[in-house]
Amino acid sequence: MIGGLFIYNHKGEVLISRVYRDDIGRNAVDAFRVNVIHARQQVRSPVTNIARTSFFHVKRSNIWLAAVTKQNVNAAMVFEFLYKMCDVMASYFGKISEENIKNNFVLIYELLDEILDFGYPQNSETGALKTFITQQGIKGQFQTKEEQSQITSQVTGQIGWRREGIKYRRNELFLDVLESVNLLMSPQGQVLSAHVSGRVVMKSYLSGMPECKFGMNDKIVIDKAGKGGVTNEAGKSTSGKQSIAIDDCTFNQCVRLSKFDSERSISFIPPDGDYELMRYRTTKDIILPFRVIPLVREVGRTKLEVKVVIKSNFKPSLLAQKIEVRIPTPLNTSGVQVICMKGKAKYKASENAIVWKIKRMAGMKESQISAEIELLPTNDKKKWARPPISMNFEVPFAPSGLKVRYLKVFESKLNYSDHDVVKWVRYIGRSGIYETRC
Amino acid sequence: MPAVSKGDGMRGLAVFISDIRNCKSKEAEIKRINKELANIRSKFKGDKALDGYSKKKYVCKLLFIFLLGHDIDFGHMEAVNLLSSNKYTEKQIGYLFISVLVNSNSELIRLINNAIKNDLSSRNPTFMCLALHCIANVGSREMAEAFAGEIPRILVAGDTMDSVKQSAALCLLRLYKASPDLVLMGEWTSRVVHLLNDQHMGVVTAAISLITCLSSKNPDEFKTCVSLAVSRLSRIVSSASTDLQDYTYYFVPAPWLSCKLLRLLQCYPPPEDGAVKGRLVECLETILNKAQEPPKSKKVQHSNAKNAILFEAISLIIHYDSEPNLLVRACNQLGQFLQHRETNLRYLALESMCTLASSEFSHEAVKTHIETVINALKTERDVSVRQRAADLLYAMCDRSNAKQIVAEMLSYLETADYSIREEMVLKVAILAEKYAVDYSWYVDTILNLIRIAGDYVSEEVWYRVIQIVINRDDVQGYAAKTVFEALQAPACHENMVKVGGYILGEFGNLIAGDPRSSPLVQFNLLHSKFHLCSVPTRALLLSAYIKFINLFPETKATIQEVLRSDSQIRNSDVELQQRAVEYLKLSSIASTDVLATVLEEMPPFPERESSILAKLKKKKGPGAVSVELEDGKERGELNGGGDRGGDAAIAASNASTPSPSADLLGLRSAAPVSGAAPSAGSLLVDVFSEAGPAAASAGVNDDGFLSALHAPEASDSPLVEGPGDSDSAPTSAASEDPAPPLPESDELLNKFVCKNNGVLFENQLLQIGIKSEYRQNLGRMYLFYGNKTSVQFVSFSTTVSCPGELQSQLNVQTKTVEPLVEGGAQVQQVINIECLTDFVDAPLLNIKFRYGGALQNISLKLPVTINKFFQPTEMAAADFFQRWKQLSQPQQEAQKIFKASHGMDTEVLKAKLLGLGTALLENVDPNPENYVCAGVIQTKAQQVGCLLRLEPNAQAQPGEQMYRLTLRSSKDTVSQRVCDLLAEQF
Repeated sequence: MIGGLFIYNHKGEVLISRVYRDDIGRNAVDAFRVNVIHARQQVRSPVTNIARTSFFHVKRSNIWLAAVTKQNVNAAMVFEFLYKMCDVMASYFGKISEENIKNNFVLIYELLDEILDFGYPQNSETGALKTFITQQGIKGQFQTKEEQSQITSQVTGQIGWRREGIKYRRNELFLDVLESVNLLMSPQGQVLSAHVSGRVVMKSYLSGMPECKFGMNDKIVIDKAGKGGVTNEAGKSTSGKQSIAIDDCTFNQCVRLSKFDSERSISFIPPDGDYELMRYRTTKDIILPFRVIPLVREVGRTKLEVKVVIKSNFKPSLLAQKIEVRIPTPLNTSGVQVICMKGKAKYKASENAIVWKIKRMAGMKESQISAEIELLPTNDKKKWARPPISMNFEVPFAPSGLKVRYLKVFESKLNYSDHDVVKWVRYIGRSGIYETRC
Repeated sequence: MPAVSKGDGMRGLAVFISDIRNCKSKEAEIKRINKELANIRSKFKGDKALDGYSKKKYVCKLLFIFLLGHDIDFGHMEAVNLLSSNKYTEKQIGYLFISVLVNSNSELIRLINNAIKNDLSSRNPTFMCLALHCIANVGSREMAEAFAGEIPRILVAGDTMDSVKQSAALCLLRLYKASPDLVLMGEWTSRVVHLLNDQHMGVVTAAISLITCLSSKNPDEFKTCVSLAVSRLSRIVSSASTDLQDYTYYFVPAPWLSCKLLRLLQCYPPPEDGAVKGRLVECLETILNKAQEPPKSKKVQHSNAKNAILFEAISLIIHYDSEPNLLVRACNQLGQFLQHRETNLRYLALESMCTLASSEFSHEAVKTHIETVINALKTERDVSVRQRAADLLYAMCDRSNAKQIVAEMLSYLETADYSIREEMVLKVAILAEKYAVDYSWYVDTILNLIRIAGDYVSEEVWYRVIQIVINRDDVQGYAAKTVFEALQAPACHENMVKVGGYILGEFGNLIAGDPRSSPLVQFNLLHSKFHLCSVPTRALLLSAYIKFINLFPETKATIQEVLRSDSQIRNSDVELQQRAVEYLKLSSIASTDVLATVLEEMPPFPERESSILAKLKKKKGPGAVSVELEDGKERGELNGGGDRGGDAAIAASNASTPSPSADLLGLRSAAPVSGAAPSAGSLLVDVFSEAGPAAASAGVNDDGFLSALHAPEASDSPLVEGPGDSDSAPTSAASEDPAPPLPESDELLNKFVCKNNGVLFENQLLQIGIKSEYRQNLGRMYLFYGNKTSVQFVSFSTTVSCPGELQSQLNVQTKTVEPLVEGGAQVQQVINIECLTDFVDAPLLNIKFRYGGALQNISLKLPVTINKFFQPTEMAAADFFQRWKQLSQPQQEAQKIFKASHGMDTEVLKAKLLGLGTALLENVDPNPENYVCAGVIQTKAQQVGCLLRLEPNAQAQPGEQMYRLTLRSSKDTVSQRVCDLLAEQF
């Protein structure tokens, strides 16, 4: 039960203030500003308790969104709602910025009225919302009575995320597997921690009320299939392929959870347009796309030699993109000389780091950079903490090893079958926090 | 001023600062700063030398970054280089950086000191000032070590410029405050005093701050400043407002200087020289006169400056406390301020009046403002002002207006601010007790107090009511009746139930005649509150019930029924259950005679100092520790423990305590109640003063009196040298073995023969207070170790040992103390003593602790002497002589004839003999001059009867006075020992 919701700009000025419950007063607005936005120390916890009132905040660029409550709410629910709300706003007016919020504030209040009622989250499906909250005010006049009643029945009906009677000439389906891989590695190349968090994002343009079924190389499903039909030829061939162990996953509201629980099959009636089908996390058998080998040598008190080698560790036919290696420099750096074979490298004083950028790199390749760092002798005896070298990249495969096995579409009422649907599948692996100690 | 170089504005700095100001977020700011730091680093690292301007600019940027809250770990060297520049702006920035950023960094500090030294010896006054400011701003020990010798020289040199002199005086003041041991007094001190005569007012103002600070530490060296200050003051006061030009502030001539002069004078007693004094009094009168003049300006600064001088003058008048005329005038002036519309003025007026009220000259004058003060208490909007008003009411209270003041305070209490309620309650309780003429009024007041502010009534307050009711026969009936009525209220505070339970249990019979308060009604009334009370109160009520059984046999059945019920006899609380079981058995088994003996009415309490006063002192803060030592801080709680339970009552009822002249406050002075103003005054000092309470408390109680006499001896004798003293090697470097007892410890022992409480030992570091109580052959001693320093003692440990044969004669048990004693704190240790048989020696107390690394080792004799185990025995003359004759064997008698070392004051002698522990028998000896005492020494092995006779020859010349002391006891060693002990006392 969210008591109120506030949006602030970076100065702490209130852009949007919506109070849902009486227990939240106007002074809560100031309390958050004083204790969090203008706090002396940076507030790291996303949940702050001030005078028996809880503030949950997320930050999008320079904008603070804060949900306020006096009750004992499910914090995960509140954050889920806040994220969802960011998504909704982004889909209505693009980037969440102070200017956009100021320009759309009537819309935002309208949205807030709809997606949160007396503090309880309601339907926050963008597609559904867009049917009745529109930015063209005049559209209402042209809506027929029939359409209006249809909206009502859809919003209040069992399948709130899809309306009936959608028709496409060409039935198309886009599926993206987006993963971010996180790593912490010791200087010797030992993996200290690694995990992948991934999302399956879909875009569907399908007619009618189709029933979809999604299959991937989930270890439990494959093992079950292998055991159930030993004689099955197909089963044999699939069990030879590698499967992945999913640690945990969450689904879009359209997925039938009961079916997942009993058969572990993912079946759903998709919303129209963009949506995120599932999120998951894996920790085992991760393919690490890059290996970073650091070499740091201190030459006296005033000089530091750094050599970093990166090796790409995937099929040579694939190309990694947007590679960026960030090598931290000591706080008393007074000058840097960099030599690199590939890409561009530069010392960025404002970030206390050498940033090395490579546009493209094929698999099974190697590249290196060496830098000489001059230091200013200080009277401070503190030793430099040597923060880890971090890396950013984008690769065209899923580092978790996830594969889409099938995505079937059934629509019994209309005359198109699974074969008629055009399906597109894409894998993108990105770096999350990808660090190597030096 | 040196020429300003190109672009003094430092454009780069301005750009940088405006960049930072324009940053949208914290991250952006950090990025900008990182960039700038990298730039500065590369500039400082760069091979070509930087010119002064850019060096200054970068140091400035670093300083700005530091002030924004980021760490700076380089650039110090560049800043030090700036110091040697010849340009004012560069030097200034260098000094600024150093005073803000430099910590005691070894290599740099030497360079900095060098630069400062150069500047000090240069003849350029601005450079000298910069250097002095830097020293004062850093103010570290290293700085003080390097320059403490130099600065006084600059200060008193004839050719130093005025502005430099000002800076030097203030710089020296700072160094002196930071490390007083490094600033050595020398011949310059006398010349500093003469700065008071300086032409330049600024120099005088700066110098006087220094002199005030110095003279408060060593007043004798600066005595000469008094007359100079007076003449300076009179010149300022008598000058017209235009005379002093720059130093006239809103038509007031040199207000700061005047205030400081007046404050300096407060360090000294009134001047003895008549002329000087006359001049000073004239000044003070002029100041008071000026306050009456219409203001020359409507500006608030004018009146502030004027009033500042006035208040400072009034505190000087109060400090002197010798000019009745001035005191009364000051009081009248303050009276005007009481109704001023400025809140601060009212506050200050009330505060000053509080101190005025304690002066005998102005007490009456203060009293005339009572209506205004009461009004302030009621209507004032600011709580701190109301607090002052309450303080003043407390201070001005005496016999004549006590009733009015107490009534006002009580009525105010209902609406009083929560933060001051407890203090108010204590004050009401004390005033009611101190000035009670009529005890029924007292009882009414306290019961009212409990009714109005029960939550804030501490235990001590209601213990006190009970003590007083028990000690005063005439008020008991009234108290019982009032309590009974108060308990009728549907909702009573728990404290009220406690008082009610106790008093009805003791004196319920006095009102039982009235059918409206028949025994059963009383019991039912009490029992109706029972279930709402906490466990300790229930325990008290159970004791009251068993007393009811004794008082009113007709209630026995009902009460037994209650005791027998499961909620009592199977109560989950052990204390309640035990009481229920024991009382039930007691009431059903014991005969009425036994019951009557066991449950006899409580004997009167021995007179003691009011525990409430101690409580109030405790509230006033830790500064009063030394007073409390003597007065027994914990006594309140101890009493509480003893007073509460019925079992304690049973134990106590066997002991026949000599009936004291029930005096409310436990004042021992001749006529405390009628002592009116002076005694009240000294009491107030006692309560409020923080330091030097010994003299003030002398009149208050006789413990304080004795220890006040002894305290100076103890503190003067250098028993243990300070840690810095190299001569003290044997003590401070001593091994872990206990040190041999101090030579004075026998003397210390004698001090405690006739008294149980006081200060056992005191040196610069440690004060040991002692409080002991003895019953039969058992004793309990509380030792209070007070840390007088501000540094904590570590590995603090104490051991008590019984050397030689004492081990078999005395059984001593100690509890260990905390090994850490915080600075200014006090720890308590309890020692239980059991006397097995008679003894001669005293147990040794050894204290070890580390103070600043040095081991301190102190050994003392614990003042446990055989006479502590005396039980007084009252007997008639015939009895006495019969026993005297029985003990006629020569070895049973010990006799001593000795010279009187103190005067032969009857009261003092009596007090000492009573303190010895024996009963003083009146009308026994045919010669009324002689003193006769009797007592029994209780040891575990045996009881030794002891008779004593002391014959003074009072008629002899002072100096020739002699005593003859004769002791007879059933054991020869006892006679001898007691005789020896006592002979030292007179």
